[in-house]
Amino acid sequence: MGDLGLIAPEIILLIGGLFIFCLDLAYDPGVGKKSGLSYMALAALFLAAALVAVVLQLNISEISEVSQEPVPKIAFSMMTIDNFGSFIKVTIFAGMILTAIAGGRYMNRRSGNQGEFWTFFLMVSLAMSIAASANNLVLVYLAIEFLSITSYMLAGFLRDNRRSNEAGLKYFLYGSIASAVMLYGISLLYGATGSLYIHDIAAAFAEIMGDSSQVSGLAFAALPAMLLVLAGLGFKASLAPFYQWAPDTYDGSPTPVATYLSTASKTAAFAVLARFFVVGMASFEVNWVPVLAAFSIITMTMGNLAALRQHSVKRMLAYSSVAQAGYILMGLVAVTSASTSAMDGLNGVLLYLFAYLFTNVGAFLVVMALEETVNSTHINAYRGLIKRAPWLAVMFTVFLLSLTGIPATGGFLGKAFVFGAAIQRQYFWLAAIGVINAGIAAFYYLRVVRAMFFTEEEEEDQPLEVPMALQTSLLVCAVATIWIGVYPSPVIDWVSTASVQLLSVVP
Amino acid sequence: MVPLSWYLMLAAFLFSCGLYGALGRRNAIAMLMGIELMLNAANINLVAFWRHGVGPMADLTGQVFAVLIIGLAAAEAAVGLALIIAVYRERRTIDVDELDLLAG
Repeated sequence: MGDLGLIAPEIILLIGGLFIFCLDLAYDPGVGKKSGLSYMALAALFLAAALVAVVLQLNISEISEVSQEPVPKIAFSMMTIDNFGSFIKVTIFAGMILTAIAGGRYMNRRSGNQGEFWTFFLMVSLAMSIAASANNLVLVYLAIEFLSITSYMLAGFLRDNRRSNEAGLKYFLYGSIASAVMLYGISLLYGATGSLYIHDIAAAFAEIMGDSSQVSGLAFAALPAMLLVLAGLGFKASLAPFYQWAPDTYDGSPTPVATYLSTASKTAAFAVLARFFVVGMASFEVNWVPVLAAFSIITMTMGNLAALRQHSVKRMLAYSSVAQAGYILMGLVAVTSASTSAMDGLNGVLLYLFAYLFTNVGAFLVVMALEETVNSTHINAYRGLIKRAPWLAVMFTVFLLSLTGIPATGGFLGKAFVFGAAIQRQYFWLAAIGVINAGIAAFYYLRVVRAMFFTEEEEEDQPLEVPMALQTSLLVCAVATIWIGVYPSPVIDWVSTASVQLLSVVP
Repeated sequence: MVPLSWYLMLAAFLFSCGLYGALGRRNAIAMLMGIELMLNAANINLVAFWRHGVGPMADLTGQVFAVLIIGLAAAEAAVGLALIIAVYRERRTIDVDELDLLAG
């Protein structure tokens, strides 16, 4: 395979996006007819093709001539095609496919510009896929910015809807400030090390940290640069000081967009965070570990406390996804580069992201189903759901239990790994705060369960008509959530190979 | 040659002005202008670092990145202004304090 073969998933997505765009220009469905569902099907097909292309790339690596060890392949010198990137891409594409299939009807009803929507949907996937394997800060910045700009458009896609408008503009203002701050940080890093390749930056830092006479000057530039870059990436992952946009944007934007923003987009941001901090900033571990730990604590506490007092389930899930980002970050704090144990923090991050993706996509799809049928996201709309739509209620319970972290669900596995990694690195206080937070979170998750099962609805019971496509996506999410929780060993093995390959390039 | 620190101070000053404008102003277009200033501060940094040879002079990393950012800033402004117009059409205001439909 040449370099073009290595970026086949990205090429497929690009062709798909342009194809839908041209089709939309050339083809007029006629007055009063909408072609959104066919575009959605095309988008899902291209995403599935990209997923297959990524799976074919698993476990390719070449033997280095210098050390005779397997090293990850590099495409066009700026993209590392390793198992870590492939794992993230599989996660992202799976989430995007599930969202697309379930969201087709929702978007078709609300907007006329379907060709544009699905073009951007594929472009967002492309941007996340590039971000997952970028190893040069130019490409990292461009991918994050590509992801952001397309996401602004999708969040504000329902132009005539005041809430969607507002969500788009708020996301844009917060997002572009954060990315400009990140860019300034990158420019300082370029000045300090003379390169924008993450491995060159790592090597430059490692060399200078060894020579104590030069440490002070470089550390002087590296610390602010690190904080500035963290601001940009933390915004995308909705970490604590930069999360204010998240509840408003998730609440106001179309639900399929909120679904991928809270899952796939966050996954891509954590991939970049992991590559940047674990590989690029390896020599500054003493500096970034306390910073990230503080962010993790503030993120989960703020997210959980705000989620407690929400009455809209969509908004509650938005705050809960902020809190979940805090738990995931805890795994990143506890990464050990020399560890061979399966309980490593990086494994925890990847497992958590994988389980969280199916769980949270599922939860948002239930919200979408209720929006479609009773047109409300208020918790009162969920009262007595067990009588009106028993399967929906049961599946939502699975997702909420998984978000809480009850054993035999995917969420438990993720939490067990990140808390375990924190305890292994002897951050007992961090793990303790995490456990307390998980307890607080149980209150608001189980409040919804109580509303669904144990409260009577005032109005008469009418069975809800949930669209078939939505049901299929929901079922896949529920099965995956339970499967990860009950039979996790294949996922754990896969995650271990992914993180070993990322850690193998740490100088 | 003008010393590197002068450029860096200019860039830091521009960045601070931009950040102040982006966070302090309530008009969405003024915030957008602040953001553009921040991007340009980073551009000055990149080109100054390149000119003073932090890396090999033959690779144009700093210059190329700066050119990419100029293009990207245009794309960002286009999308941002489109969103601002969409909001203006609905509410006849672009004061961000009055965007309070989503809160809580």
